[in-house]
Amino acid sequence: MKRTAAGEEGDEEAMAFLDRAARSLFLTELLGGMALTLRYMFKPKVTLNYPYEKGPISSRFRGEHVLRRYANGEERCIACKLCEAVCPALAITIEAEPRDDGSRRTTRYDIDMTKCIYCGLCQEACPVDAVVMGPNFEFSTESREELFYNKQKLLANGDRWEAEIAQNLAAEAPYR
Amino acid sequence: MPKLTIDGIEIEVEPGTSILQACEQLGIEIPRFCYHERLSVPANCRMCLVEMERAPKPVASCAMPCGDGMVVRTNSETVLKARKGVMEFLLINHPLDCPICDQGGECDLQDQAMAYGFDRGRYGENKRAVEDKYMGPVIKTIMTRCIHCTRCIRFINEVAGVPDVGAVNRGEHMEITTFVEKAIGSELSGNLADVCPVGALTHKPYAFTARPWELRKTETVDVLDAVGSNIRVDARGPEVMRVLPRVNDDINEEWLSDKSRYSYDGLKRQRLDRPYIRQNGKLVPASWAEAFTAIAARLKGLLGNRIAAISGDLVDVEAQFALKELLSRLGSTSLDCRQDGARFDTSVRAGYLFNSGIAGIEKADVILLVGTNPRWEGTLVNARIRKRYLAGNVTIASIGEQRDLTYPYSVIGSGPETLQQLVDGSHPFAETLRAAKNPMIIVGMGAFRRADGLAVQAAARLVGEAYGMFRDDWSGFNVLHTAAARVGGIEAGFLPGEGGRDVHGILDGASKGEIDFVYLLGADEIDTAKLGNAFVVYQGHHGDAGAHRADVILPGAAYTEKNAVYVNTEGRPQLARLAVFPPGEAREDWKIVRALSEVLGNTLPFDTHGQLRQRLMAANPIFGAVGETTPAAWAPFGAQGPVDTAPFVTPITNFYMTDPISRASVTMANCTEALVGPAQERTGTHG
Repeated sequence: MKRTAAGEEGDEEAMAFLDRAARSLFLTELLGGMALTLRYMFKPKVTLNYPYEKGPISSRFRGEHVLRRYANGEERCIACKLCEAVCPALAITIEAEPRDDGSRRTTRYDIDMTKCIYCGLCQEACPVDAVVMGPNFEFSTESREELFYNKQKLLANGDRWEAEIAQNLAAEAPYR
Repeated sequence: MPKLTIDGIEIEVEPGTSILQACEQLGIEIPRFCYHERLSVPANCRMCLVEMERAPKPVASCAMPCGDGMVVRTNSETVLKARKGVMEFLLINHPLDCPICDQGGECDLQDQAMAYGFDRGRYGENKRAVEDKYMGPVIKTIMTRCIHCTRCIRFINEVAGVPDVGAVNRGEHMEITTFVEKAIGSELSGNLADVCPVGALTHKPYAFTARPWELRKTETVDVLDAVGSNIRVDARGPEVMRVLPRVNDDINEEWLSDKSRYSYDGLKRQRLDRPYIRQNGKLVPASWAEAFTAIAARLKGLLGNRIAAISGDLVDVEAQFALKELLSRLGSTSLDCRQDGARFDTSVRAGYLFNSGIAGIEKADVILLVGTNPRWEGTLVNARIRKRYLAGNVTIASIGEQRDLTYPYSVIGSGPETLQQLVDGSHPFAETLRAAKNPMIIVGMGAFRRADGLAVQAAARLVGEAYGMFRDDWSGFNVLHTAAARVGGIEAGFLPGEGGRDVHGILDGASKGEIDFVYLLGADEIDTAKLGNAFVVYQGHHGDAGAHRADVILPGAAYTEKNAVYVNTEGRPQLARLAVFPPGEAREDWKIVRALSEVLGNTLPFDTHGQLRQRLMAANPIFGAVGETTPAAWAPFGAQGPVDTAPFVTPITNFYMTDPISRASVTMANCTEALVGPAQERTGTHG
């Protein structure tokens, strides 16, 4: 029994060898590859010519933080400090005092973008949709210091991205 | 003793205990808004409803006294439904502005809404809006948030005794108001914000600055008066954000005076954060080594009797003790902790302590105030006297000025001769004192800050002896100090030694050129013009009067910046704890004295705070009993002699500014402007 089994295995090995030899002789794999290449030449491209082209991103995308304003130009943030409290990376620092008109506003709103882990809890905590993680992901810098955002920078971000953010928030409104 | 069952647990309580108190004894928490254990019970918030067998409806547990055989349930379906209903009604008119509310995070309504609130509102009508009221420079009002628990009304009428706040209209139109627009004229007004269970009344100086969860809490004691109120200092980073009272039934219960509570912003202004040396008439910044060398150069070859030291009102015991040790090594005995120039006998403890204890006021039935305005000199002592007055059957009289003390009292004289008339029994008030079971005399600094202080003290003692204030079971002789450092300084022996001069002697000596070196340990309340040409070292934390005159300034730590012992007017040593670090190069005061002693070649024998405390306890064992009062044995004190007939005058002219910290405080300046002096006489027709 043993011998017979060994003989059969030997036959199979011989057949496999012949098979491989025939395939390489007739360049079937190469031709198969070339055929695939030819097929993809007529399909639409999946790569993007970044940075000239960009892919679509979700309306829930968590990119660079912004501080938003109301339509009348009034800043939304009311210094409730919930984002500071919820931030698991302790990236947010807020100081506040009454403004001249008696309203509650921040005198300092800093986000350390090097600490941020982009969990999005700050925008979830915000009762007035002031701090929002916008669609911008291209904010790499050449030094660490540039990533320590202050209130001015965040408000400027808000002004810049307001249109997209408002659209995103409107799209997400039914699910919140 | 009624016996009742609460949630299946049987409990026997004192007659008159309410169901809510019985539940607390069992550790069952009953939600409440209007009920406050130190105020009367109005039972108007209805949050504390419980179910009681054989009662047709849920009952308000705060107002229902326990009865024998009652069966109470606090966690049944009915109770939960009732509380949810009450909560929904409360929230109808409460704005949803928690994110901008300063009470957020420590709000009773917020917490209880988490337990009993519904997750959405069913009220579609317009919410009520109420105009905010002006309540003075320390209380901020957002009256729309008010839930009408009336705690503030009860506090200001009952505890503070200044009926400035009340309610007008009824039902939905009810408003808490000051009736006419004016600042609340109470030194306890800060407590309004504490008793307010919601964010309707908040602390104006603390507005929007911090959240409770980001604060570092340090339990310490207050030093802005001699009461020694227990406080909690809340700090964020290097900054004190607010000061809150801590419960201590023997001292401040759970109240705190406005000066103690709001002068913390003075800790950030006018601070001495590095040593200075006067060169060519100008103070120039220097290093510690340079400052010490300058002092050592001046002290070189100076005889002990030409050296003197005065300690101020906010100095801790350790610093005074260390400086006393240093001065005795330098051969000087001229040192005094009574910078205000008060003259009283310090040889007998009973002669300068508040012997009955502040809580002891509640046992007195006749209270005689001598040369004191307790409302300004010890606000919480005054609150305790008022509490005693509310309990009834007490006669209060005063020798001194006529002031509004928040309770009725009679002025029976104005000067020391009235004390003498009481001693010989010729004064009509003597009858009242004789009939009293626990008579009490409270002598203020107004009686001692005069040339005949010792004679006044002796006269007061004789009054005490004549009317049984020195008994084994009752000591009714009390001295109300005005400075937190005073009793500690006396107990540590910071007093003129043999042949030494007191404050008057030091200042006279300095102006005559008999004293060449004066060490001011936080002493600012002296007449610095009298220091003459003496070389003045000022060690302290604020650039105040003393620092302006100084030749060398050594920056010390304020009371929130060091671990130290303070002794209150009862003779109760208490620990102040470090909440924030001293600014810049400032150091703890005993360390400065210890470092200076090394430069002077007279190194003091302690290197750590522990060693210093050990020496302190060896010198005077009362420092070992932290938080306790050591009863003072009675012995004759004072010096009988002729007295001046001049009336007693209270030493404090402005409650809100009595020391370097409160003088540097903006809030206290606002309070002074709104509440002291001309502002009090202002009528409705002004501006």
